[in-house]
Amino acid sequence: MTQNLLAVRGVETFYGRNQALYGIDMDVNEGEIVTMIGANGAGKSTLMMAICGVNRAVRGSVTFAGKPIHEMPTHEIIRLGISQSPEGRRIFPRMSVYENLQMGAVTIDPKYFADDLARMYALFPILEKRHAQRAGTLSGGEQQMLAIGRALMARPRLLLLDEPSLGLAPLVAKTIFDTLRELNQSQGLTVFLVEQNAYHALRLASRGYVMVNGRITLSGTGSELLNHPEVGAAYLGGSGH
Amino acid sequence: MNYFIQQLINGITLGSIYGLIAIGYTMVYGIIGMINFAHGDVFMVGAFVSLITIIIFGITGTSSVAVGIGVLILVAAISMVIAGIYGWTIERLAYRPLRGSFRLAPLITAIGVSIFLQNFIQATQGARVKPLQAIISGGFTILEGNDFVVRVTYMQILIVVLTFLLMTGFTYLISKTSLGRAQRACEQDMKMAMLLGIDVNTTISTTFVIGAALAAVAGLMYLLYYGVIDFYIGFSAGIKAFTAAVLGGVGSLPGAMLGGLVIGLIEVFFAAYFSSEYKDVAAFSMLIVVLIFMPQGLLGRPEIEKV
Ligand SMILES: Nc1ncnc2c1ncn2[C@@H]1O[C@H](COP(=O)(O)OP(=O)(O)O)[C@@H](O)[C@H]1O
Ligand SMILES: [Mg+2]
Repeated sequence: MTQNLLAVRGVETFYGRNQALYGIDMDVNEGEIVTMIGANGAGKSTLMMAICGVNRAVRGSVTFAGKPIHEMPTHEIIRLGISQSPEGRRIFPRMSVYENLQMGAVTIDPKYFADDLARMYALFPILEKRHAQRAGTLSGGEQQMLAIGRALMARPRLLLLDEPSLGLAPLVAKTIFDTLRELNQSQGLTVFLVEQNAYHALRLASRGYVMVNGRITLSGTGSELLNHPEVGAAYLGGSGH
Repeated sequence: MNYFIQQLINGITLGSIYGLIAIGYTMVYGIIGMINFAHGDVFMVGAFVSLITIIIFGITGTSSVAVGIGVLILVAAISMVIAGIYGWTIERLAYRPLRGSFRLAPLITAIGVSIFLQNFIQATQGARVKPLQAIISGGFTILEGNDFVVRVTYMQILIVVLTFLLMTGFTYLISKTSLGRAQRACEQDMKMAMLLGIDVNTTISTTFVIGAALAAVAGLMYLLYYGVIDFYIGFSAGIKAFTAAVLGGVGSLPGAMLGGLVIGLIEVFFAAYFSSEYKDVAAFSMLIVVLIFMPQGLLGRPEIEKV
């Protein structure tokens, strides 16, 4: 029996009276990298937050590892093994880099902390160099690495990444995508990635969805979507690959 | 000169009490952005619980300072627990249901809670001033001039030392423990703290409990220092401690302590050199001046932050 790790069914959310998501259906299977692309304002971040129970799904359901989670409080959803690196990074600016990583591990048995920290420092050596620095004074790329490192400290079964390449120099973005591929291949890390940077996201992902105005309009494998005329016109134009 | 030094000692003692109360204002403001106007009355409840405990145990003046201190630590512990329960209950019943509603709602409720606590204590304990005979008396002379003798009482030493110990423990809690980290995380980005698995409601409750427990110790100190309390002491002490929190920079913990000391000193010096009738006016004028000219306080951080 193959079971979806994450199954979103008919999810609809609202901001006040404005509907943001319409009947969203999507899945992420164990070991996959799945991406969702879409223009600014399409509803991608809203979906990420709905999965974590920060925005509530008014209709529909979200199931994680066979368990309905759409009515659970956020901190309990997180404790099931979902970890999010949100849009805008949201590192704690007045805590040190080290403390931010400690915050990532609040749901984890302390006996794993030293090993996990060593692995994070191996993955992102700059974090070790800056471990005592206030996180708010890091550069954008360093903050992004910290946000991903903090999310990984929770030993997630499913990692949600909201626009990790936003505002980063292309080379830094490439480092981050390479790291994700490496973690996926070596440790089987399951990733749901939201991006405007469609080309890199679709190259990395095994499957993808396209969201337009709160609805999913297309889905397919990464290469299918890369070669799809609508995707090419709307999301890959001028990306210069 | 000796007179001046004596006022300095008195001011630091009083300032310690205000500083302990101010912590509760500043922590709650830091985490949920609300001014808990009932906090001064939790301090008052702490003073009453201390008094009742002292009476129940039949503690009276003892010649041994060591026994006196031991007994008072026990009273402090009981008072902290009971005031902590008050703090927890107030947050749970009066503030949490209003979280996320318009900004003024919890503020109005807080004033309501304050009035309720005053009336509750007045109804159950009576309106009259409650005296307590000195439990730790005595002291020693540190300076003897021809015009004025400077004395430090054992009570003053106890208050300052106990405040120092509590502040040290509290600073350790906030800066080094996982509970303190969770609190700072909620203060900096509550939604993100949730996304990392922090139970935000528990963290907020804990903040109220800690603030109330520190205020209870301040209540005990006030009771021992002045020897009289009534149901209304939370009002003026509360406003002074709130002034201390604003002066130090609302949200800043070292600021609250520093602000407490400054307000204590201002009050004592105003009473000593100008008018003891109007000493409260000095502290309250300070609040207005600070709010107008330096709303961000001594140790507060500017709102602009690099992101
Ligand atoms: N906090 C909010 N309050 C009201 N509307 C919001 C809020 N956040 C997002 N929206 C609206 O919801 C829609 C989807 O936004 P979002 O999920 O952030 O899109 P994306 O992440 O795809 O750029 C947009 O129209 C946006 O204006
Ligand atoms: Mg977004």
